Amino acid sequence: MNVNQHTPMASPYGQPQPGYGQPGYAPLDGGYPAPYAPYNGPTSAYQPGAPPQGYSPFTSFPSKAVAANPVSDLSSPLDLGPVRGPPVSGAPPVSAPQPYNQYSHSQGEMQNGPPPMTQAPPRPAVSQSYNPAGMNMTGPPHPSYPQHYGPPPTMQQVTNQMTGMQINSGPPTPAGPGYAPPNSSQPPVSTAYTAAPPTSYAQGPPPASSAPTQPPPPSGPAAPQQYYGGPSPPSQQPFNSSLPPTSQQQFTSSAPAPPPSQQTFPPSSYSGPMPPASQAPAPPVSQPQQSFPPPAQPPFSAPPPPASQPPAFAPGPPLQNQGSFPPRGPPPSSQPGSFPPPGPPPGPPPTSLSSGPYPGQMPPQQHPPPSQPSPYHSGPPPPGVQMPPTSMAQSNHLPPGPPGPPGPMQQPPPQPGMPGGFPPQQNGAFGQVRGPQPGYAGPYPGQPNYGAPAPAPAPAAPAQKRLDPDAIPSPIQVIEDDRAKSTEPFTTGVRGQAPPLVTTNFQVKDQGNASPRFIRCTAYNIPCTADMAKQSQVPLAAVIKPLATLPPDEIPPYLVDHGESGPIRCNRCKAYMCPYMQFIEGGRRFQCGFCSCVTEVPPHYFQHLDHTGKRMDCYDRPELSLGSYEFLATVDYCKNNKLPQPPAFIFLIDVSYNAVKSGMVNIVCEELKTLLDYLPRENPEMDSVVRVGFVTYNKVMHFYNVKSSLAQPQMLVVSDVSDMFVPLLDGFLVNVNESRQVIESLLDQIPEMFADTRETETVFGPVIQAGLEALKAADCAGKLFVFHTSLPIAEAPGKLKNREDKKLIGTDKEKSLFQPQVGFYNTLAKECVAQGCCVDLFLFPNGYVDVATLGVVPVSTGGSVYKYTYFQAQSDRERFLNDLRRDVQKLVGFDAVMRVRTSTGVRATDFFGSFFMSNTTDVELAGLDCDKAITVELKHDDKLSEETGALMQCAVLYTSCSGQRRLRIHNMAVNCCSQLADLYRNCETDTIINFFSKYAFRGILNSPTKAVRDTLINQCAQILACYRKNCASPSSAGQLILPECMKLLPVYLNCVLKGDVLLPGADVSLDDRAYLRQLISCMDVSESHVFFYPRLLPLTKLESDSLPVAVRDSEERLSKGGVYLLETGLHLFLWVGASVQQELLLNIFGTPSFSQIDPSMTSLPVLDNPFSQRLREIIDSFRAERSRYMKLMVVKQEDKTELIFRHFLVEDKSASGGASYVDFLCHMHKEIRQLLS
Amino acid sequence: MSTYQEFIQQNEDRDGVRFSWNLWPSSRLEATRLVVPVSCLFTPLKERPDLPPVQYEPVLCSRANCKAVLNPLCQVDFRAKIWACNFCFQRNPFPPSYAGISEVNQPAELMPQFSTIEYIVQRGPSAPLIFLYVVDTCLEEEDLQALKESLQMSLSLLPPNALVGLITFGRMVQVHELSCEGIAKSYVFRGTKDLTSKQIQEMLGLTKPGAAAQQGRQPVPQEAAASCKFLQPVHRVDMNLTDLLGELQRDPWPVTQGKRPLRSTGVALSVAVGLLEGTYPNTGARVMLFIGGPPTQGPGMVVGDELKTPIRSWHDIQKDNARHLKKATKYYEAMANRSAVNGHCIDIYACALDQTGLLEMKCLSNLTGGHIVMGDSFNTSLFKQTFQRVFSKDYNGDFRMAFGGVMEVKTSRELKVCGAIGPCVSLNSKGPCVSENEMGVGGTSQWKMCNLNPSSTLGMFFEVVNQHNAPVPQGGRGVIQFITQYQHSNTQRRIRVSTIARNWADAQSQIQHIESSFDQEAAAVLMARLGVFRAESEEGPDVLRWLDRQLIRLCQKFGQFNKEDPTSFRLSESLSLYPQFMFHLRRSPFLQVFNNSPDESSYYRHHFVRQDLTQSLIMIQPILYSYSFHGPPEPVLLDSSSILPDRILLMDTFFQLVIFHGETIAQWRKAGYQEMAEYENFKQLLQAPLDDAQEILQTRFPMPRYIDTEHGGSQARFLLSKVNPSQTHNNLYTWGQETGAPILTDDVSLQVFMDHLKKLAVSSSA
Repeated sequence: MNVNQHTPMASPYGQPQPGYGQPGYAPLDGGYPAPYAPYNGPTSAYQPGAPPQGYSPFTSFPSKAVAANPVSDLSSPLDLGPVRGPPVSGAPPVSAPQPYNQYSHSQGEMQNGPPPMTQAPPRPAVSQSYNPAGMNMTGPPHPSYPQHYGPPPTMQQVTNQMTGMQINSGPPTPAGPGYAPPNSSQPPVSTAYTAAPPTSYAQGPPPASSAPTQPPPPSGPAAPQQYYGGPSPPSQQPFNSSLPPTSQQQFTSSAPAPPPSQQTFPPSSYSGPMPPASQAPAPPVSQPQQSFPPPAQPPFSAPPPPASQPPAFAPGPPLQNQGSFPPRGPPPSSQPGSFPPPGPPPGPPPTSLSSGPYPGQMPPQQHPPPSQPSPYHSGPPPPGVQMPPTSMAQSNHLPPGPPGPPGPMQQPPPQPGMPGGFPPQQNGAFGQVRGPQPGYAGPYPGQPNYGAPAPAPAPAAPAQKRLDPDAIPSPIQVIEDDRAKSTEPFTTGVRGQAPPLVTTNFQVKDQGNASPRFIRCTAYNIPCTADMAKQSQVPLAAVIKPLATLPPDEIPPYLVDHGESGPIRCNRCKAYMCPYMQFIEGGRRFQCGFCSCVTEVPPHYFQHLDHTGKRMDCYDRPELSLGSYEFLATVDYCKNNKLPQPPAFIFLIDVSYNAVKSGMVNIVCEELKTLLDYLPRENPEMDSVVRVGFVTYNKVMHFYNVKSSLAQPQMLVVSDVSDMFVPLLDGFLVNVNESRQVIESLLDQIPEMFADTRETETVFGPVIQAGLEALKAADCAGKLFVFHTSLPIAEAPGKLKNREDKKLIGTDKEKSLFQPQVGFYNTLAKECVAQGCCVDLFLFPNGYVDVATLGVVPVSTGGSVYKYTYFQAQSDRERFLNDLRRDVQKLVGFDAVMRVRTSTGVRATDFFGSFFMSNTTDVELAGLDCDKAITVELKHDDKLSEETGALMQCAVLYTSCSGQRRLRIHNMAVNCCSQLADLYRNCETDTIINFFSKYAFRGILNSPTKAVRDTLINQCAQILACYRKNCASPSSAGQLILPECMKLLPVYLNCVLKGDVLLPGADVSLDDRAYLRQLISCMDVSESHVFFYPRLLPLTKLESDSLPVAVRDSEERLSKGGVYLLETGLHLFLWVGASVQQELLLNIFGTPSFSQIDPSMTSLPVLDNPFSQRLREIIDSFRAERSRYMKLMVVKQEDKTELIFRHFLVEDKSASGGASYVDFLCHMHKEIRQLLS
Repeated sequence: MSTYQEFIQQNEDRDGVRFSWNLWPSSRLEATRLVVPVSCLFTPLKERPDLPPVQYEPVLCSRANCKAVLNPLCQVDFRAKIWACNFCFQRNPFPPSYAGISEVNQPAELMPQFSTIEYIVQRGPSAPLIFLYVVDTCLEEEDLQALKESLQMSLSLLPPNALVGLITFGRMVQVHELSCEGIAKSYVFRGTKDLTSKQIQEMLGLTKPGAAAQQGRQPVPQEAAASCKFLQPVHRVDMNLTDLLGELQRDPWPVTQGKRPLRSTGVALSVAVGLLEGTYPNTGARVMLFIGGPPTQGPGMVVGDELKTPIRSWHDIQKDNARHLKKATKYYEAMANRSAVNGHCIDIYACALDQTGLLEMKCLSNLTGGHIVMGDSFNTSLFKQTFQRVFSKDYNGDFRMAFGGVMEVKTSRELKVCGAIGPCVSLNSKGPCVSENEMGVGGTSQWKMCNLNPSSTLGMFFEVVNQHNAPVPQGGRGVIQFITQYQHSNTQRRIRVSTIARNWADAQSQIQHIESSFDQEAAAVLMARLGVFRAESEEGPDVLRWLDRQLIRLCQKFGQFNKEDPTSFRLSESLSLYPQFMFHLRRSPFLQVFNNSPDESSYYRHHFVRQDLTQSLIMIQPILYSYSFHGPPEPVLLDSSSILPDRILLMDTFFQLVIFHGETIAQWRKAGYQEMAEYENFKQLLQAPLDDAQEILQTRFPMPRYIDTEHGGSQARFLLSKVNPSQTHNNLYTWGQETGAPILTDDVSLQVFMDHLKKLAVSSSA
């Protein structure tokens, strides 16, 4: 701020306002002008711009929803359909489509099901039917898929297939009819959607393929269910079976996978949905290829490819499928095993599948509504699930159900089952569905058969589990594939190129754009127009981690000194010199790549141009050739036009009874003695210039004079906490080396002094005020480390009361619990930011401490909150100390201002993270450390051109820990597209999820969590629907087709939705939720990724040079005989199966008996065997990778603690009511179908 | 006359009392016509080495509103074991312990020579003495160093069981915890915030808010006192405190150019008062405030921190241009009253070249009996020795200080008490002997003196209420009894009772007697006290006019003259010096503010209203001794004519001790004759005043400013401003005398003054 103000023209920041206000922007007008205008007089313009309004997530969401873009999109998108790519035309689709359709149907149902109930049912159904299919698929399919897909590798193909699938879904429509009136409306697709199931079905069914598709589903479902009930493995088989049907089958199979969780989702229907949801549909092509190779995934991947693949698929898949089919056969058999019908299902599946499934799906959809709600939202799920499954199954099958009769075939069985088990609930709920079912039944004779399987749903529940997984898009597969292909260093020179995933280890070569370690975008090919962007609903955002730490083999940004006049900048928009500046007139001027303004090159910077128009010194100057670099800032960029003082660290330690008793005070004091030697410094050779100060407090503050000349520290008690001030100046902030003895003496004595304290009350506001005042008095920026234990109830500013009220959860008032209790801390935060006072808060609560309120200042000042609930010295010491060490040592910038400039046509409209904004453009950070990321949302305010692409420059002005004022510049260029397909080809799901989570977590401050969840689901559905409509081939609407690069969107989104923040379990405290909410707000992509989708490693075999391939986060993936390591970025679990091999136990724990494992251990015994060594290495490397130390928790299977562990198996249904992946995929499909109809 | 002088002297020695009239007019009317009221200077704790205290408690009159103490003037019926109260005439039986009394076996209090008697009260716990140092750290390095040394030294002077505390202040106020080992702890208060006593106690952790509410207020202070970390016995924290004082640093907050350091004197005092209030109410305690400059921030601020704004002068005050004056005064008054209520006294040791705000803060000491010491620097012997003398001890080895004194006055029916002027506050105790006519601090028969020393002297004013037509029976006596309860410095509680009786005289028939019973010295001091008391609240000229009128009326009443004939005017011996006292009083800094800063005026007045008669007289009319080869040292007239070249003059104004070398002497001294063996006598002459001065310095509190100067020296002004300007540039030649030194002043000389006085006295129109 200050800087800005001071630096008039020159400094970008300072001037910004004026500068911006100035002509430059005005001319620009367009979006920019408006935004910037505000600063200047233009205010009016700005206000109009009111980014906020437009910004407001809700509005946008609604718009999306309302927009029903689908249609419009469809039109254009259709063209895009090929989008993914592979332009492959949808031609192939036809054949493929059908199969896909089937899948899609299932999906559709699922989605239709959206209503929880329905979904649930659908899922089950799907899963059942699908499962069978899936099962088959997985087993055989994989192979087959791989092959097929393999060949088809072309993404396009896959997509085509996917599209085809979807198209197929069209066929399902028939099914739709079967389902219910809606179904009939294949044409009515839309209606169907509204109706949900019906339509989708309808669509699906209609086509001939639909028939097949349907059948598959049914068969799938039926089989699956049954299978599920019995053999989980069958699921794969089922898939195969489904696969057999044709490509569709494959899809179905994929679909099945998802079902597992949903159970009911009759495999068939599910399979449809499943695939779509995850990968199948869209991704099909690409994914298929990738995923397919793997087992379950293949199916999904296959689906995606559809478009292109379709052809391939149709031919290939079928073949494969067929090949697989045989397997299917088996699966069915297996299914049968579980369910009498099985036999029939298998058989029917293939043929009837299409029809069968659809019917089933249809019903489910309707049912879903009722059931869904529950499943997705909360408790309902369980019942819903089963019910849903059934319903789903039914729905899918239902149609079949009605077909029930047909059931005899394959469906019949299902139906029976359905009716039997599920009917009650679902039926009741889905009354309509049934209706449809009958219809379906009629329509699809074959369906009946499937229906039969569907019935299985009841058993479905189990069946679902089986169903799954392998058929739907697998995160693990995606991650592994990306790893496999990222062997070359990633060069940033190519505009619009998506970097490898965050889970991949890769090297970056900076060739003009910022490394993905600094900036990751949701899309690297952004729409040219606002309309397109709106239509697609794909968020345009960048996650920026300005001070990210680079691996040792990458060179940190160079420091550029442009001399006394400061960095060269565009006259108008104040963008800093960067590779996008075009030098003209022989090098005498340059044209700004952002605003096109032409600026004179200062004489001292002049350089001739070469024949290509580049400056001769282009490669000698980082600012002309690199994406990231730093400028040395001049005094104009400093607060009060004064070069900054070196920063200070102030340690404020709670010494109330709890703090002392828990051992915290002791540990902190002990640790600080050594830690103070590791204060951040830029030059490892030099002593850190950071000064330190110490304060302890309970309900009064104790300052310490540790001046080097004193023999003993002096303690200054300030009891007047209502009006905080700093009692001393000289001797409070000292150089560690000079005052070492006094400091050590102090740290020795603090624990003693308060050993007998009986004071239990604490203050908090004054603590921060004290630190702030101290920094003010010393006229420097700095960081406060606050070690705090309890709710500040002592009489003082910022006093809080306990307001934890579980009854409010789920109500409209829930949001208030995330808002600060008092306004005091907001004001305080503002003051802190103005002074450059960053606050890191370490909490050691034994109860409610109101993290939502206490965290306000840390969050607004770029600080961190660490929480150690029920801290115990023994078990939490390591975690705390490592966090503290890292927090103290990490490089940090102070008094930072970040500004994101973009080329005309887009502008940064919203920011998420730990910071403070006093206007709409400057992100102010009292402190910015290497772990903090800021997510920036971009919005169009004009058109972009495909030729120039879109540029973004993030400039962070900060004071380094050595007290130097600097500007760090990150440049990023992305492509622009006029085709939606291009957009969908270049997105990064992990980043989108990062954005969505932050967006949603901010949303819960203002809206009920349910509304936020719905909004997310809605937007996600719109994104996928848009793709489906515009990029997938126009064939059928009922099929779930996912863009290759977004095929994980549903699974990840589900993880966000069912997280503790949005869907708290009964045992999750309000503090935990607030803590996570704040924590995530500044996470970068890699952390948010692992947070939402934990890494689960099987530890049966460890190789010295590589990590074992992770498995998906589902209980089904755990083997009783194995040991698994699960990492979330916050937690680290070692899960030990009940029948684990003795050898493993000996290797890891040094004990031969499972029962002798001490579940309270926090570190593994150091054993001298390669396995143990390697395991500990792995654990260490994981910890090193994360910004927070993860405490190891050993979880024994069937132990109490397993509940906690299970919470992180995010593909499963969660105890708090979160949907399983499969269920959610079905639901998503339903939503999409609704949108499409 | 000699009899009266002896009588007066004897009474002073025995009872510490000097009455303006030693015969009292028997009616109100006559009394008022005497101009000088029936009044006395009373020194409650006059040192009486010959008076051992008795170890029992006094016998009180049983009448509820009387409670007078049995005294030698009471009528006693030894047979009936009954005594009659000589104030209310209540007949009281002796307590059982007096069963054995008879004419030959009388308790001490019945013996005439024990008109003043001291009782030791055994009941009640003995509380330790408390010394709380409140130290300004906004000092020059060298000043602070000197102060630290003085403080460290003082620790050795304190009795081991005395409690000490330390508060330092600058921009912040720090209350140091003394009981801790290792880390030195202190509680810090912001210097700008006015805190209530309760807040302060809470912040110091002296009360538990919850507990206070539960248990009520009384028990808490006791508990708190027991565990008070801030006041600790000297013997326990001696080392600690010495180190602590040694480590005291100057206030570290930067003082920018053109600013005064921020000095939070107001808050520091408030904290000190609050601390004692919460821990040791009604226990003798001494807050010793050391300041090196004016309070510049927070409540009680006297001047802003901008150096360009000078501190208020009399000129500013008269023009109502002193921004902070009223507010600050009010603040300190409130504080003083609180402190007085709790029996704690506040000393102010102000050492600075400029003013330090004594004007505003004077009430702190005036109301609580504390000292005010004003000096230029802490690094001067004036301060160092004065401070040391605070802890001086008497013949018993006890401090010459007493705490928590309450003085009660009882009068016989013909008299009522109008008020007191001195280091006391009213206890608002109404009673039958309280007059409605207030003089000084009136409306009460009890006054509290939080701190007393043997020289503390109150001016007491009485009123004769006997009506003219109801004359007192011949031979009747008026009786006044002073009952002073206090905490002796050895922590005993004692009661000293002085019972004084004077004869009534009919003013018409016995005017001569009354005239001859006039104690002009006491009267001058008492009138001066009244004048100074008035000057605190009235304009200077009004006070002078009032004084003049009183003088004229007195002269009219007792002078012998023929009307309209000034030359015929004569005053009897008992009044002869009175006009001269008044002359010097009019010129004294107690009434004249010209050439004095408000702080100085406050300082002078402070001391004037508390010293005993001798010292007060010195203040009014300084003593001048002459040393020459012409004879032994002799007192000479305080007149310009006394300033001769061949004399050394020693002037004692109480506040200054000036040794003035006449022109010739100064030349000799410069020539170094005193170094020559043959001029040994000259050396002795030079030494003689020094020795005498030393003698005075030994006993005087506060230490006077010692000035050694000579003819023409700049410091000679101290002398020149005091002497009667009998020779000035105006009359030098008319007088034509070759002796003396002309004073360059337009002030009237004593001669002119007397001429006017005579003229006015004999004028019938005056």
